[in-house]
Amino acid sequence: MTELDVAKPVSVSRNIATLDVAKLRADFPILSRTVREDKPLVYLDSGATSQRPRQVMDAERAFLEQHNAAVHRGAHQLAEEATDAFESARARIAAFIGAEPGEVVFTKNATEGINLVAYAMSNASVGYGPDTPEGRFALGPGDEIVITEMEHHSNLVPWQELCRRTGATLRWFKVSEDGRLDLDSDPITERTKLVAFVHQSNVLGTVNPVPELVRRARAVGALVLLDACQSVPHAPINVCALGVDFAVFSGHKMLGPSGVGVLYGREELLAAMPPFLTGGSMIEVVRMEGTTYAPPPQRFEAGVPMTSQAVGLAAAVDYLTGIGMDVVAAHERELTAAALAGVSGLDGVRLIGPADLDSRGATVSFVVDGVHAHDVGQVLDDQGVAVRVGHHCAWPLHRRFGVAATVRATFAVYNTLEEVDALVNGVVAAQKFFGVA
Amino acid sequence: MRLDQMYQEIILDHYRNPHGAGLREPFDAESFQINPTCGDEITLRVALKRNGTDATGTGDSLVVAEVSYDALGCSISQAAASVLTDLVVGRSVEESLRTLDAFQEMVQGRGTVEPDEDVLGDGVAFAGVARYPARVKCALLGWMAFKDAVVRVTGGPGDAPAAAPEGNGAKR
Repeated sequence: MTELDVAKPVSVSRNIATLDVAKLRADFPILSRTVREDKPLVYLDSGATSQRPRQVMDAERAFLEQHNAAVHRGAHQLAEEATDAFESARARIAAFIGAEPGEVVFTKNATEGINLVAYAMSNASVGYGPDTPEGRFALGPGDEIVITEMEHHSNLVPWQELCRRTGATLRWFKVSEDGRLDLDSDPITERTKLVAFVHQSNVLGTVNPVPELVRRARAVGALVLLDACQSVPHAPINVCALGVDFAVFSGHKMLGPSGVGVLYGREELLAAMPPFLTGGSMIEVVRMEGTTYAPPPQRFEAGVPMTSQAVGLAAAVDYLTGIGMDVVAAHERELTAAALAGVSGLDGVRLIGPADLDSRGATVSFVVDGVHAHDVGQVLDDQGVAVRVGHHCAWPLHRRFGVAATVRATFAVYNTLEEVDALVNGVVAAQKFFGVA
Repeated sequence: MRLDQMYQEIILDHYRNPHGAGLREPFDAESFQINPTCGDEITLRVALKRNGTDATGTGDSLVVAEVSYDALGCSISQAAASVLTDLVVGRSVEESLRTLDAFQEMVQGRGTVEPDEDVLGDGVAFAGVARYPARVKCALLGWMAFKDAVVRVTGGPGDAPAAAPEGNGAKR
């Protein structure tokens, strides 16, 4: 194939004055490696998983080299130190999202956090657990759960399954042609018990109007769960200010380790909620005849939890706080502007998601006429540009747009405008390779 | 460039001008296969017919009379379905399944399996795909649909072939 000589220049300001990206990138060893022989890595798949700075890896290593022990059990010094590190991590992560430490439950990832709530509701529906008399979490035939057409499978399948188990009905907001939530398709009624939706779409980049959705849910007494996986890593998030009941996010998408995620739940709700997984750690008193539960958050953390991962996630939170989440958001906004201009400026490329910068994050998905997303991705990969191709675990959303697969570039704080250029050049190269441009 | 090893001209030719594309009747079985990681899909039909004698002249054999398909997917999956029709139509079911095995062995071989052009024909062009594990499923999508459709007619790979169905027989 031919070399790239036809890429359109991306016409945005080259000044991101508030952030020294080159200096920051030095913290991420993986970003300086090459791929596919000698191509510098251009990592535009942070929406799937982000890369980790040395500070995060160092924190994990330091914990393991000096303090490792099972937390919340044992009275020896290491057990004390490990427990302190673990609970300190919880407190820092809680502060990062404007929550109290007791409102932060460590989970394996966001998916587990959503399942935790779904299974707690499932348990409450069969009369299990310390549910409030009015049965806030209990569901049955006639009750409804409301989601949106733009959900990741992780915020869709657990609710489908919960409805199957309880006889409740799943309803959803539709998505408009420009990739926004269609607020006129509102299915929220007096029957709605829970409204669960994504904060920022992992495909469209759309940031949903949380206050408005919370207002509508509150008007009918429904609970609200926010999938904050793609928002917490990229902008200042305060769960109290947002007014949601639950929020979930994953460590590995926010410069932290995999194997650790967070379920935020309002204190009074967690206190009334039945457990999901049961066993060690989550108990108060155990007799052969029966068991009482520990208060939250321990009630929802059965078994020895992930520890170095929690410590690593707290280090990631410290790292992001050190940059400043407003600075992160401003930087990514500039990248988004460049990517939107570059990609939508190409003939034969259709953006899937909002074309304007209003209420949207640094996720840019598109299709190329005449070239399947897999093939676009392969050409990009050949040039060292790592993007995601496929349905990105949002199959119904792709169906809604009449496409089987899209190419998705997701940006993080360590990405540069030059990398946006590499993306745009790569798309042009794919068009040339497949003879459509 | 490695890209050219994967997207050989033969593959791009099949992609641009797929052989046997479109769904046709009559057929004996239909299979719908989907790749859950990317959403690519194929609906593939096979029509089998009974040959008077098999290759050894000792008895009946089932022959692949026609393959037709409707595929939604990347160049690799589309081209693989096209090559499939070239390689199996007119062959005995037994032989076509042997070809399938050889194709599968090659693309799953991480580039270590030397393909036999006598068996695989244009299929050897997919040897480069074997170096990209994420694309192996693309190359196999149509082939898996073919296998499934054949099994729906014959009752199983290890079973004696069922009586050749008449016309537009068993569908899924």
